[in-house]
Amino acid sequence: MSDDIPSVPAARPDDEYLMRDPASHPPAFAPGYKTSALRSPRNALISIGQTLSEVTAPAFRAEELGPLDGDLIRNYAKTGLPVGERTIVHGTVRDQLGRPVRNALVEVWQANASGRYRHKKDQYLGALDPNFGGCGRVLTDENGHYVFRTIKPGPYPWRNRINDWRPAHIHFAISGSGWAQRLITQMYFEGDPLIATCPIIRTIPDEQQIRGLIAQLDMAAAVPLDSRAFRFDIVLRGQRATWFENVLQSNGQGEAR
Amino acid sequence: MTPLLRETASQTAGPYVHIGLAPKAAGFDIFENDFGPVLTTAETQGERIVIEGRVFDGSGTPLRDVLLELWQANAQGRYAHAADRQPGKALDNAFRGWGRACSDFDTGMWSFETIKPGPVAGRHGVAMAPHVNLWIVARGINIGLHTRMYFDDEAQANAADPVLALVEWEVRRRTLVGRREQRDGKTVYRFDIHLQGDDETVFFDV
Repeated sequence: MSDDIPSVPAARPDDEYLMRDPASHPPAFAPGYKTSALRSPRNALISIGQTLSEVTAPAFRAEELGPLDGDLIRNYAKTGLPVGERTIVHGTVRDQLGRPVRNALVEVWQANASGRYRHKKDQYLGALDPNFGGCGRVLTDENGHYVFRTIKPGPYPWRNRINDWRPAHIHFAISGSGWAQRLITQMYFEGDPLIATCPIIRTIPDEQQIRGLIAQLDMAAAVPLDSRAFRFDIVLRGQRATWFENVLQSNGQGEAR
Repeated sequence: MTPLLRETASQTAGPYVHIGLAPKAAGFDIFENDFGPVLTTAETQGERIVIEGRVFDGSGTPLRDVLLELWQANAQGRYAHAADRQPGKALDNAFRGWGRACSDFDTGMWSFETIKPGPVAGRHGVAMAPHVNLWIVARGINIGLHTRMYFDDEAQANAADPVLALVEWEVRRRTLVGRREQRDGKTVYRFDIHLQGDDETVFFDV
Protein backbone atom coordinates (compact mmCIF):
# COMPACT_ATOMS: atom_id res chain seq x y z
CA MET A 1 0.00 0.00 0.00
CA SER A 2 2.67 2.48 -0.98
CA ASP A 3 -0.08 4.99 -1.68
CA ASP A 4 -0.57 5.29 2.05
CA ILE A 5 2.98 6.41 2.70
CA PRO A 6 3.11 10.16 2.64
CA SER A 7 5.71 11.40 0.18
CA VAL A 8 6.53 14.39 2.35
CA PRO A 9 7.36 14.14 6.03
CA ALA A 10 5.23 16.16 8.41
CA ALA A 11 6.50 19.66 9.10
CA ARG A 12 7.88 20.42 12.52
CA PRO A 13 6.99 23.73 14.15
CA ASP A 14 10.47 25.20 13.85
CA ASP A 15 11.22 24.12 10.30
CA GLU A 16 12.11 27.16 8.23
CA TYR A 17 10.02 28.38 5.31
CA LEU A 18 11.08 28.13 1.69
CA MET A 19 12.20 31.44 0.32
CA ARG A 20 9.49 33.40 -1.41
CA ASP A 21 9.50 33.41 -5.22
CA PRO A 22 8.98 37.03 -6.29
CA ALA A 23 7.88 35.85 -9.75
CA SER A 24 4.75 34.40 -8.14
CA HIS A 25 3.60 37.82 -6.92
CA PRO A 26 2.97 41.33 -8.19
CA PRO A 27 5.92 43.70 -7.91
CA ALA A 28 5.50 46.51 -5.37
CA PHE A 29 5.49 49.08 -8.18
CA ALA A 30 2.95 48.17 -10.85
CA PRO A 31 2.09 51.38 -12.73
CA GLY A 32 -1.18 50.07 -14.21
CA TYR A 33 -2.48 50.11 -10.65
CA LYS A 34 -1.91 53.77 -10.02
CA THR A 35 -2.07 53.78 -6.24
CA SER A 36 1.01 51.57 -6.13
CA ALA A 37 3.15 54.38 -7.55
CA LEU A 38 3.59 56.26 -4.26
CA ARG A 39 3.11 53.27 -1.98
CA SER A 40 5.87 50.99 -3.29
CA PRO A 41 9.27 50.82 -1.61
CA ARG A 42 12.09 51.59 -4.04
CA ASN A 43 14.90 49.91 -2.15
CA ALA A 44 15.46 46.18 -2.36
CA LEU A 45 13.99 44.16 0.48
CA ILE A 46 16.69 43.00 2.91
CA SER A 47 16.75 39.20 2.92
CA ILE A 48 17.27 37.71 6.36
CA GLY A 49 17.70 34.16 7.57
CA GLN A 50 14.56 33.22 9.43
CA THR A 51 14.51 33.36 13.20
CA LEU A 52 11.91 32.52 15.79
CA SER A 53 10.33 35.87 14.91
CA GLU A 54 9.46 34.65 11.41
CA VAL A 55 8.62 30.97 11.97
CA THR A 56 6.23 31.62 14.85
CA ALA A 57 2.78 33.19 14.54
CA PRO A 58 -0.38 33.60 16.58
CA ALA A 59 -2.56 30.53 17.03
CA PHE A 60 -6.32 30.96 17.01
CA ARG A 61 -8.92 28.96 18.87
CA ALA A 62 -12.35 27.98 17.60
CA GLU A 63 -14.02 29.57 20.63
CA GLU A 64 -12.67 32.97 19.59
CA LEU A 65 -15.01 32.88 16.61
CA GLY A 66 -18.78 33.11 16.75
CA PRO A 67 -21.08 30.38 15.40
CA LEU A 68 -22.19 32.53 12.45
CA ASP A 69 -18.82 34.07 11.63
CA GLY A 70 -18.50 31.81 8.57
CA ASP A 71 -22.04 32.36 7.31
CA LEU A 72 -22.27 35.73 5.56
CA ILE A 73 -25.85 35.00 4.55
CA ARG A 74 -26.93 35.05 8.20
CA ASN A 75 -24.29 36.90 10.21
CA TYR A 76 -25.73 40.37 9.51
CA ALA A 77 -29.32 39.46 8.64
CA LYS A 78 -31.63 41.94 10.39
CA THR A 79 -35.04 41.85 8.73
CA GLY A 80 -34.65 38.95 6.30
CA LEU A 81 -32.17 37.34 3.97
CA PRO A 82 -29.68 39.33 1.90
CA VAL A 83 -30.37 39.79 -1.82
CA GLY A 84 -28.29 37.96 -4.38
CA GLU A 85 -26.90 34.61 -5.47
CA ARG A 86 -26.52 32.16 -2.61
CA THR A 87 -22.99 30.81 -2.88
CA ILE A 88 -20.76 28.40 -1.01
CA VAL A 89 -17.01 28.98 -1.23
CA HIS A 90 -14.68 26.26 -0.08
CA GLY A 91 -11.24 24.79 -0.63
CA THR A 92 -8.07 23.71 1.08
CA VAL A 93 -5.15 25.63 2.52
CA ARG A 94 -1.96 23.69 1.85
CA ASP A 95 1.70 24.53 1.97
CA GLN A 96 3.98 24.31 -1.05
CA LEU A 97 4.78 20.67 -0.29
CA GLY A 98 1.09 19.82 -0.36
CA ARG A 99 0.63 19.43 3.38
CA PRO A 100 -2.64 20.70 4.83
CA VAL A 101 -2.30 23.85 6.93
CA ARG A 102 -4.50 23.10 9.92
CA ASN A 103 -6.13 25.71 12.11
CA ALA A 104 -5.30 28.50 9.68
CA LEU A 105 -7.41 31.63 10.17
CA VAL A 106 -9.18 32.51 6.91
CA GLU A 107 -10.82 35.94 6.96
CA VAL A 108 -12.92 37.16 4.03
CA TRP A 109 -14.58 40.41 3.02
CA GLN A 110 -16.49 41.53 -0.03
CA ALA A 111 -19.04 43.84 -1.62
CA ASN A 112 -22.71 42.91 -1.69
CA ALA A 113 -24.65 41.77 -4.78
CA SER A 114 -24.79 45.40 -5.99
CA GLY A 115 -21.03 45.83 -5.78
CA ARG A 116 -21.33 48.06 -2.72
CA TYR A 117 -19.22 47.69 0.41
CA ARG A 118 -20.56 48.26 3.89
CA HIS A 119 -17.83 50.80 4.61
CA LYS A 120 -18.12 54.43 5.53
CA LYS A 121 -15.68 55.36 2.77
CA ASP A 122 -17.55 53.58 -0.06
CA GLN A 123 -19.70 56.10 -1.95
CA TYR A 124 -20.74 53.92 -4.90
CA LEU A 125 -24.32 54.31 -6.18
CA GLY A 126 -25.01 50.61 -5.77
CA ALA A 127 -27.43 50.06 -2.90
CA LEU A 128 -26.46 48.83 0.53
CA ASP A 129 -28.27 45.69 1.61
CA PRO A 130 -29.61 46.02 5.17
CA ASN A 131 -29.13 42.29 5.66
CA PHE A 132 -25.59 41.92 4.41
CA GLY A 133 -22.41 42.86 6.29
CA GLY A 134 -19.84 41.36 3.94
CA CYS A 135 -17.28 39.78 6.22
CA GLY A 136 -16.64 36.38 7.73
CA ARG A 137 -13.93 34.19 9.19
CA VAL A 138 -13.30 30.49 9.70
CA LEU A 139 -10.52 28.15 10.78
CA THR A 140 -9.31 25.32 8.56
CA ASP A 141 -10.00 21.80 9.82
CA GLU A 142 -7.57 18.90 10.29
CA ASN A 143 -7.42 18.44 6.50
CA GLY A 144 -6.74 22.12 5.87
CA HIS A 145 -10.27 22.55 4.50
CA TYR A 146 -12.34 25.71 4.93
CA VAL A 147 -15.87 26.58 3.90
CA PHE A 148 -18.08 29.62 4.18
CA ARG A 149 -21.42 30.68 2.74
CA THR A 150 -22.13 34.04 1.21
CA ILE A 151 -23.83 36.08 -1.50
CA LYS A 152 -21.92 36.35 -4.75
CA PRO A 153 -20.49 39.90 -4.85
CA GLY A 154 -21.20 42.23 -7.75
CA PRO A 155 -18.60 44.02 -9.88
CA TYR A 156 -18.10 47.73 -9.32
CA PRO A 157 -16.34 50.74 -10.83
CA TRP A 158 -13.29 52.26 -9.18
CA ARG A 159 -11.09 55.26 -9.69
CA ASN A 160 -8.01 54.19 -11.55
CA ARG A 161 -8.55 54.87 -15.21
CA ILE A 162 -11.95 56.48 -15.60
CA ASN A 163 -13.83 53.35 -16.68
CA ASP A 164 -12.04 50.61 -14.76
CA TRP A 165 -14.25 47.96 -13.15
CA ARG A 166 -13.34 45.33 -10.62
CA PRO A 167 -14.54 41.84 -11.47
CA ALA A 168 -16.59 40.17 -8.75
CA HIS A 169 -14.14 39.18 -6.04
CA ILE A 170 -13.75 38.15 -2.43
CA HIS A 171 -10.79 39.33 -0.36
CA PHE A 172 -8.94 36.67 1.64
CA ALA A 173 -6.49 37.11 4.52
CA ILE A 174 -4.82 33.88 5.64
CA SER A 175 -2.82 33.39 8.81
CA GLY A 176 -0.94 30.08 8.83
CA SER A 177 1.51 28.56 11.27
CA GLY A 178 4.36 31.02 10.67
CA TRP A 179 4.55 34.81 10.37
CA ALA A 180 6.41 34.33 7.09
CA GLN A 181 3.28 32.71 5.62
CA ARG A 182 0.98 35.68 6.19
CA LEU A 183 -0.87 36.38 2.94
CA ILE A 184 -3.63 38.60 1.60
CA THR A 185 -5.16 37.89 -1.79
CA GLN A 186 -8.38 38.09 -3.78
CA MET A 187 -10.52 35.32 -5.26
CA TYR A 188 -12.31 35.74 -8.59
CA PHE A 189 -15.11 33.77 -10.25
CA GLU A 190 -14.70 31.51 -13.27
CA GLY A 191 -16.05 33.05 -16.46
CA ASP A 192 -16.05 36.69 -15.38
CA PRO A 193 -15.17 38.76 -18.49
CA LEU A 194 -13.75 41.59 -16.35
CA ILE A 195 -10.86 39.41 -15.22
CA ALA A 196 -9.06 39.96 -18.52
CA THR A 197 -8.79 43.73 -18.12
CA CYS A 198 -8.59 44.32 -14.36
CA PRO A 199 -5.50 46.43 -13.55
CA ILE A 200 -5.20 44.90 -10.08
CA ILE A 201 -5.19 41.35 -11.45
CA ARG A 202 -2.76 42.48 -14.16
CA THR A 203 -0.23 43.45 -11.48
CA ILE A 204 0.48 39.69 -11.35
CA PRO A 205 3.11 38.99 -14.02
CA ASP A 206 2.21 35.34 -14.57
CA GLU A 207 -0.89 33.82 -16.21
CA GLN A 208 -0.63 30.57 -14.24
CA GLN A 209 -0.62 32.55 -11.00
CA ILE A 210 -3.66 34.53 -12.15
CA ARG A 211 -5.51 31.31 -12.94
CA GLY A 212 -4.77 30.20 -9.39
CA LEU A 213 -6.95 33.04 -8.10
CA ILE A 214 -10.00 32.09 -10.16
CA ALA A 215 -12.43 29.89 -8.26
CA GLN A 216 -14.06 27.13 -10.27
CA LEU A 217 -17.75 26.28 -10.21
CA ASP A 218 -18.04 23.10 -8.14
CA MET A 219 -21.45 21.54 -8.64
CA ALA A 220 -20.43 18.54 -6.53
CA ALA A 221 -20.42 20.83 -3.51
CA ALA A 222 -23.58 22.72 -4.47
CA VAL A 223 -26.73 22.30 -2.40
CA PRO A 224 -29.61 21.42 -4.75
CA LEU A 225 -32.41 24.02 -4.78
CA ASP A 226 -30.34 26.23 -2.46
CA SER A 227 -26.78 27.30 -3.29
CA ARG A 228 -24.11 26.90 -5.95
CA ALA A 229 -20.54 26.30 -4.85
CA PHE A 230 -17.14 27.54 -5.95
CA ARG A 231 -13.82 25.99 -5.09
CA PHE A 232 -10.74 28.06 -4.25
CA ASP A 233 -7.58 26.28 -3.08
CA ILE A 234 -4.86 28.30 -1.40
CA VAL A 235 -1.14 27.54 -1.15
CA LEU A 236 1.01 29.10 1.57
CA ARG A 237 4.78 28.98 1.76
CA GLY A 238 6.12 25.53 2.56
CA GLN A 239 8.31 24.52 5.44
CA ARG A 240 11.52 22.84 4.41
CA ALA A 241 12.94 19.98 6.45
CA THR A 242 15.86 21.05 8.62
CA TRP A 243 17.11 17.62 9.71
CA PHE A 244 20.74 18.42 10.40
CA GLU A 245 21.20 22.15 10.44
CA ASN A 246 18.48 23.64 12.61
CA VAL A 247 20.05 26.78 14.00
CA LEU A 248 16.97 28.75 15.00
CA GLN A 249 17.65 28.82 18.72
CA SER A 250 21.04 27.16 19.18
CA ASN A 251 24.33 26.79 17.39
CA GLY A 252 23.09 23.63 15.66
CA GLN A 253 25.78 21.44 17.25
CA GLY A 254 25.40 21.31 20.99
CA GLU A 255 21.71 21.11 21.50
CA ALA A 256 19.68 18.28 20.03
CA ARG A 257 16.47 19.19 18.35
CA MET B 1 12.66 15.84 -6.68
CA THR B 2 9.85 16.86 -4.39
CA PRO B 3 7.34 18.68 -6.56
CA LEU B 4 6.60 22.13 -5.19
CA LEU B 5 3.34 23.99 -5.48
CA ARG B 6 3.56 27.70 -6.12
CA GLU B 7 2.49 30.03 -3.37
CA THR B 8 -0.87 31.68 -4.12
CA ALA B 9 -0.31 35.13 -5.62
CA SER B 10 -0.70 38.11 -3.34
CA GLN B 11 -3.17 40.90 -4.10
CA THR B 12 -3.64 44.26 -2.46
CA ALA B 13 -5.79 44.45 0.67
CA GLY B 14 -7.63 47.32 -1.00
CA PRO B 15 -9.30 50.35 0.57
CA TYR B 16 -11.91 48.38 2.48
CA VAL B 17 -9.63 46.00 4.38
CA HIS B 18 -11.33 47.16 7.58
CA ILE B 19 -14.55 45.37 6.67
CA GLY B 20 -12.88 42.03 6.95
CA LEU B 21 -10.19 42.59 9.53
CA ALA B 22 -11.56 45.40 11.70
CA PRO B 23 -15.28 45.84 10.94
CA LYS B 24 -15.84 48.31 13.77
CA ALA B 25 -13.43 50.67 11.99
CA ALA B 26 -15.47 50.24 8.80
CA GLY B 27 -18.45 51.49 10.77
CA PHE B 28 -20.42 48.43 11.80
CA ASP B 29 -20.68 45.82 14.48
CA ILE B 30 -20.80 42.18 13.45
CA PHE B 31 -18.44 39.91 15.42
CA GLU B 32 -18.75 39.29 19.14
CA ASN B 33 -14.99 39.17 19.41
CA ASP B 34 -12.96 41.65 17.37
CA PHE B 35 -9.22 41.40 16.96
CA GLY B 36 -7.77 44.74 17.93
CA PRO B 37 -4.74 46.83 18.93
CA VAL B 38 -4.71 46.03 22.66
CA LEU B 39 -2.43 43.07 23.36
CA THR B 40 -2.51 43.20 27.14
CA THR B 41 -4.89 42.37 29.96
CA ALA B 42 -4.52 43.28 33.63
CA GLU B 43 -2.68 39.98 34.15
CA THR B 44 -0.05 40.41 31.43
CA GLN B 45 3.51 40.55 32.74
CA GLY B 46 5.89 43.27 31.62
CA GLU B 47 6.37 46.98 31.12
CA ARG B 48 3.30 48.61 29.59
CA ILE B 49 4.10 50.55 26.44
CA VAL B 50 2.29 52.19 23.55
CA ILE B 51 3.69 51.87 20.03
CA GLU B 52 2.32 54.49 17.69
CA GLY B 53 3.08 56.22 14.45
CA ARG B 54 2.01 56.94 10.94
CA VAL B 55 2.77 55.39 7.56
CA PHE B 56 3.79 57.88 4.86
CA ASP B 57 3.68 57.50 1.10
CA GLY B 58 6.27 58.84 -1.33
CA SER B 59 4.75 62.33 -1.28
CA GLY B 60 5.00 62.54 2.50
CA THR B 61 1.25 62.13 2.93
CA PRO B 62 0.13 59.82 5.73
CA LEU B 63 -1.84 56.74 4.69
CA ARG B 64 -5.29 56.91 6.23
CA ASP B 65 -6.37 53.45 5.12
CA VAL B 66 -3.48 51.29 6.29
CA LEU B 67 -3.71 48.22 8.51
CA LEU B 68 -0.82 46.89 10.57
CA GLU B 69 -0.37 43.67 12.45
CA LEU B 70 2.11 43.29 15.27
CA TRP B 71 3.70 40.03 16.47
CA GLN B 72 6.09 39.90 19.37
CA ALA B 73 7.58 37.83 22.16
CA ASN B 74 6.51 38.22 25.79
CA ALA B 75 8.38 40.10 28.52
CA GLN B 76 10.80 37.20 28.94
CA GLY B 77 11.47 36.99 25.22
CA ARG B 78 9.39 33.93 24.42
CA TYR B 79 6.89 33.57 21.59
CA ALA B 80 3.55 31.90 22.26
CA HIS B 81 4.17 29.20 19.65
CA ALA B 82 5.28 25.56 19.65
CA ALA B 83 8.49 26.34 17.76
CA ASP B 84 9.87 28.38 20.64
CA ARG B 85 11.82 26.02 22.92
CA GLN B 86 14.23 28.55 24.41
CA PRO B 87 15.27 27.22 27.83
CA GLY B 88 14.35 29.13 30.96
CA LYS B 89 11.68 31.34 29.42
CA ALA B 90 8.10 30.82 30.50
CA LEU B 91 4.93 31.40 28.55
CA ASP B 92 2.66 34.16 29.81
CA ASN B 93 -0.88 32.85 29.59
CA ALA B 94 -2.16 36.44 29.58
CA PHE B 95 -0.22 37.40 26.47
CA ARG B 96 -0.59 36.06 22.93
CA GLY B 97 1.65 38.74 21.45
CA TRP B 98 -0.46 39.59 18.42
CA GLY B 99 -2.70 42.49 17.50
CA ARG B 100 -3.89 44.59 14.60
CA ALA B 101 -4.42 48.33 14.27
CA CYS B 102 -5.94 50.62 11.66
CA SER B 103 -4.81 54.14 10.98
CA ASP B 104 -7.22 56.94 11.87
CA PHE B 105 -9.25 57.99 8.83
CA ASP B 106 -8.36 61.67 9.42
CA THR B 107 -4.89 61.75 10.93
CA GLY B 108 -3.35 58.47 9.81
CA MET B 109 -2.24 57.69 13.37
CA TRP B 110 -2.22 54.07 14.53
CA SER B 111 -1.25 52.67 17.90
CA PHE B 112 -0.86 49.42 19.82
CA GLU B 113 -1.03 48.90 23.58
CA THR B 114 1.40 46.19 24.52
CA ILE B 115 4.43 45.32 26.68
CA LYS B 116 8.08 45.65 25.91
CA PRO B 117 9.34 42.24 24.73
CA GLY B 118 12.42 40.54 26.08
CA PRO B 119 15.35 39.52 23.86
CA VAL B 120 14.87 36.40 21.73
CA ALA B 121 17.57 33.97 20.62
CA GLY B 122 18.49 34.47 16.99
CA ARG B 123 20.14 32.09 14.56
CA HIS B 124 23.09 30.12 15.93
CA GLY B 125 22.05 31.22 19.40
CA VAL B 126 23.12 34.85 18.91
CA ALA B 127 20.72 37.01 20.93
CA MET B 128 18.54 39.45 19.03
CA ALA B 129 17.78 42.81 20.58
CA PRO B 130 14.19 43.27 21.76
CA HIS B 131 11.95 44.00 18.80
CA VAL B 132 8.40 43.69 17.52
CA ASN B 133 7.51 42.43 14.04
CA LEU B 134 5.16 44.49 11.90
CA TRP B 135 3.23 43.57 8.76
CA ILE B 136 1.72 46.39 6.72
CA VAL B 137 -1.09 46.14 4.17
CA ALA B 138 -3.17 48.75 2.37
CA ARG B 139 -4.60 49.85 -0.94
CA GLY B 140 -1.68 50.24 -3.34
CA ILE B 141 0.52 47.75 -1.46
CA ASN B 142 0.59 44.67 -3.69
CA ILE B 143 2.23 42.35 -1.18
CA GLY B 144 2.31 42.83 2.59
CA LEU B 145 5.45 44.57 3.87
CA HIS B 146 7.47 43.09 6.73
CA THR B 147 9.53 45.24 9.05
CA ARG B 148 10.68 45.32 12.67
CA MET B 149 10.70 47.98 15.34
CA TYR B 150 13.62 48.02 17.77
CA PHE B 151 13.82 50.21 20.89
CA ASP B 152 16.06 53.28 21.13
CA ASP B 153 16.76 52.68 24.83
CA GLU B 154 18.43 49.37 23.89
CA ALA B 155 21.38 50.91 22.06
CA GLN B 156 23.87 48.32 23.24
CA ALA B 157 21.70 45.36 22.29
CA ASN B 158 20.81 46.99 18.98
CA ALA B 159 24.49 47.42 18.15
CA ALA B 160 24.95 43.66 18.55
CA ASP B 161 21.73 42.62 16.79
CA PRO B 162 22.45 40.20 13.92
CA VAL B 163 19.46 41.32 11.83
CA LEU B 164 20.20 45.04 12.08
CA ALA B 165 23.76 44.15 11.12
CA LEU B 166 22.45 42.76 7.82
CA VAL B 167 21.39 46.28 6.84
CA GLU B 168 24.60 47.23 5.11
CA TRP B 169 23.82 50.96 5.16
CA GLU B 170 24.13 52.06 8.77
CA VAL B 171 22.20 55.21 7.96
CA ARG B 172 19.13 53.11 7.15
CA ARG B 173 19.18 51.14 10.43
CA ARG B 174 17.64 54.06 12.31
CA THR B 175 14.46 53.58 10.25
CA LEU B 176 13.95 50.43 12.34
CA VAL B 177 14.22 52.08 15.77
CA GLY B 178 11.28 53.49 17.75
CA ARG B 179 11.84 56.61 19.86
CA ARG B 180 10.89 56.44 23.53
CA GLU B 181 8.80 59.28 24.99
CA GLN B 182 6.90 59.82 28.21
CA ARG B 183 3.44 61.25 27.75
CA ASP B 184 0.52 61.49 30.17
CA GLY B 185 2.17 58.95 32.42
CA LYS B 186 2.60 56.45 29.61
CA THR B 187 5.67 55.14 27.87
CA VAL B 188 5.20 55.68 24.17
CA TYR B 189 7.46 54.52 21.36
CA ARG B 190 7.00 56.59 18.25
CA PHE B 191 7.62 54.68 15.03
CA ASP B 192 6.87 56.34 11.70
CA ILE B 193 7.11 54.20 8.58
CA HIS B 194 8.06 55.66 5.20
CA LEU B 195 7.13 53.62 2.14
CA GLN B 196 9.35 55.72 -0.14
CA GLY B 197 11.71 58.67 -0.09
CA ASP B 198 14.92 59.65 1.68
CA ASP B 199 13.81 58.03 4.91
CA GLU B 200 12.38 54.88 3.32
CA THR B 201 11.96 52.27 6.04
CA VAL B 202 13.89 49.03 5.72
CA PHE B 203 11.54 46.23 4.71
CA PHE B 204 12.52 42.60 4.95
CA ASP B 205 12.24 39.60 2.68
CA VAL B 206 11.60 37.04 5.39
